[in-house]
Amino acid sequence: MNLLEIQDLSVSFRMYGRGLEQTDLQVISGLHLAVRPGEIVAIAGSSGSGKSLLASAILGILPGNAAVYGQMLYKGEELTPQRQQRLRGSEIALVPQSVAYLDPLMKVGPQTGGPAEKRRSLFKRFGLPTQTEQLYPFQLSGGMARRVLVSTALITDAKLIIADEPTPGMSLDQALEALRLFREMADEGKAVLLITHDIDLAFEFADRVAVFYAGTTVETAPASDFKTGPEALRHPYSKALWRALPQNGFTPIEGFQPYAGSLPKGCLFAPRCPYKTEQCIKEVPPVQEVRGGEVRCYHGT
Amino acid sequence: MRGAGKRLACIFLGYGVKILSLLLAVSLLSFVLVTASPVDPVQQYILGLGTAVSPEQRAQLEAYWGVGQPPAQRYIGWLSRLLQGDLGQSALYRRPVADIIGERFQNSLALMLCAWVLSGLTGFGLGCVMGLYRDKWPDKILKKVCYILSSVPTFWLGLVFLLVFSVWLKWFPIGFSGPIGVQSSQVTWGQKLYHLILPAFTLSLMSFANIALHTRQKLVDVLNSEYVLFARARGEQDWALLRRHGLRNILLPALTLQFASFAELFGGSVMAENVFSYPGLGSAAAAAGLNSDVPLLLGVTLFSALFVCTGNLIANLLYGIVDPQIQEVAP
Amino acid sequence: MKTWNRRTKVLLLTAVMAALLIALYALGALIPDDAVASSIQNAKQPPSWEHPFGTDALGRDLFLRTLKGMAVSMTIGLAASAISAVVAVLVGVCAATGSRRVDACVGWVIDQVMSVPHTVLVILISFALGRGLRGLLVGIAATHWCSLARLIRGEVMQLRSQQYVAVSRKLGRSSGWILVHHLLPHLVPQFFVGLILMFPHAILHEASVSFLGFGLPPEQPAIGIILSESMRYLSAGMWWPAVLPGLALVLIVLLVDKLGDHLRMILDPYSAQE
Repeated sequence: MNLLEIQDLSVSFRMYGRGLEQTDLQVISGLHLAVRPGEIVAIAGSSGSGKSLLASAILGILPGNAAVYGQMLYKGEELTPQRQQRLRGSEIALVPQSVAYLDPLMKVGPQTGGPAEKRRSLFKRFGLPTQTEQLYPFQLSGGMARRVLVSTALITDAKLIIADEPTPGMSLDQALEALRLFREMADEGKAVLLITHDIDLAFEFADRVAVFYAGTTVETAPASDFKTGPEALRHPYSKALWRALPQNGFTPIEGFQPYAGSLPKGCLFAPRCPYKTEQCIKEVPPVQEVRGGEVRCYHGT
Repeated sequence: MRGAGKRLACIFLGYGVKILSLLLAVSLLSFVLVTASPVDPVQQYILGLGTAVSPEQRAQLEAYWGVGQPPAQRYIGWLSRLLQGDLGQSALYRRPVADIIGERFQNSLALMLCAWVLSGLTGFGLGCVMGLYRDKWPDKILKKVCYILSSVPTFWLGLVFLLVFSVWLKWFPIGFSGPIGVQSSQVTWGQKLYHLILPAFTLSLMSFANIALHTRQKLVDVLNSEYVLFARARGEQDWALLRRHGLRNILLPALTLQFASFAELFGGSVMAENVFSYPGLGSAAAAAGLNSDVPLLLGVTLFSALFVCTGNLIANLLYGIVDPQIQEVAP
Repeated sequence: MKTWNRRTKVLLLTAVMAALLIALYALGALIPDDAVASSIQNAKQPPSWEHPFGTDALGRDLFLRTLKGMAVSMTIGLAASAISAVVAVLVGVCAATGSRRVDACVGWVIDQVMSVPHTVLVILISFALGRGLRGLLVGIAATHWCSLARLIRGEVMQLRSQQYVAVSRKLGRSSGWILVHHLLPHLVPQFFVGLILMFPHAILHEASVSFLGFGLPPEQPAIGIILSESMRYLSAGMWWPAVLPGLALVLIVLLVDKLGDHLRMILDPYSAQE
């Protein structure tokens, strides 16, 4: 059974212009995603595609002017705001991006929370010295901070861990170490949602990769498909993304990702798609099952 | 904790040296200024007496001011007597300046302390409200109030309060620190407090806008910060969140600001004391200036600088305690 | 109306406010002295159509006195802020371009000016220069330049680290050339914004000092003096000399403050795109 299932999720922000003008800014639209226990699902996409907002939406901590539509199920039950409030921090944990997510004036120990015994054993397991508890966030090195942030999630017994861009600013070694930690967690039966723009690392460590584009998932595929190459992929964007990787030819994709607020009417990728047809421009393609993956494309193969 | 004590001692010593240099400069500046003025302190004292002085008295006065000596020597002579605690005789009150300052500072301190606490509490409280309701109507209204208050002169506000609360409503006395005609030693605490309320309230209105706007901004920053987002992601909410992360990050900066605003407080008390005829240092300063009482004016100036510097020193020390980043960076 | 963008609106509003201020000033400055001459039979009259602000104990019309006093206050405020702003630019540029020692010295002097309450410092200066206009001007000018000087110092520091300044230096331009061609043009808006933001403070300060009796001589129709005189008749229930001129002062200060805000918006290059 899916631990987390998201269907047709849309998030929009109400923006107040001058006077009484109001505009709704759609940042996530028609998003589908499923996460099973014991697996790492990576959400990969370029910056500015609204990935971090997805984490906030799942946890129910979006700003006040945000509106959420669609369905989110946790353990098969609807995620209502009350349930989100109850679950966040206990069943669903967030591993934030950087040390900026720690209160600068609070020592690491009390911020990590949890019973002291458990915290110490966790720190020990991560190779953090005991006196780390007595340090302030700014005194942590990059690697230490990463491990502390991961500890804040592990100490909670959460079943679902959402890691938001955990690797930027880290050396390759540190990044690999962090991802190994997530692998370990998944192997213990937890589910990990890994939000990243580092596609290489994503398909190296994830079980499945969801390709995120302009606020929606265009394709969800087993990570192995990304290793195989464009012929194994289903969506034109995923294929283009693969070819844009340095080791695969570095071919840039023509055009720009559309901004929230000026999204195309039909398929979000249509303006840049070489295979687009009349239908793509008029209507949003539905999610289709193709070769063990999901794709939002009329021409997905 | 030994490290922290040492670091605070460092701040204390470093700032102490700076304060000494500042006070020295203030003493030099004020001495030069009064020397440049057309007023002759010796003549002024004798004029004020209204009777002839004996040659000995005159010689004593001239010796105090160093009449006939070169300016540098006069300054050094005056300064050394100052350091021995001899601030001279007030021409206006016929008493040693040190005594007058000591006595009047008690009154001023009571006034300033009340206003300080009042403006700090209301400013901080309203700042929190503004921050929590940012860009909603309580915030918008209070922000307007703060901006308007900063354009209203303290003394006029005092006049209006005097008119409304004392003359029309007769809730409070017209002024002074106790009932007229009663010896100052016989004025009870209750009476003192009764006379203090209106001036203290006026003075607190002068400075609360500053602290409120500062607190609002800090709280908005904190609430928009990534660590509050993360705290919410971990299930913390509402008051517990504000207590755990908000107050920690805004309370001490506000307190620091409040200590660093002693100069405005003293300046405001000069105005408030004059409106309410309150016998404090501020009204003494104005009286000394108007009646050319040089020693008293010098004494009050130096004392006010000392007062401001003390506030700044406390602010610096607080900052050192609060901010762990400074704790570690400082040698 | 719809075609007007925000910037045009701000410009228009600013022009209206400036015109209002100038009109008030001209009105005050043009009132002849005998219009505010004392006439005992008119003394202590409450506000009426003939005397909108009433008359004072000597029978002078308070509305005209207030207007006249406002013009005096604005003149003094403007002069003092102009002096202060020039001092601030000079000091700020010196601190930023001079040696470390000059910078430290300037910082110390600023600390010193900040360590004496401004009211006390103005009393002292006014006492030293013999009370009156000169003491008032110097006193207010001496106490207002500090924060602008700090701001300009920071600005110049930042400008000096800009690439085009470094390029100029590489091209062998003298520091004087760089100062005139690269630095000063950037400081012109800073100067005017600083000046206009200082202006309301200077007016308030002038009123306070005059109220204490250190400013203009008592026969001058300054707001501070009117208010100070009003204190004597407060307990007798004469409310108008205290309330109305003070209210006028507050309104003028708010107007000047708003005008300053708008001018800052206009001079700020970042808002030009709107």
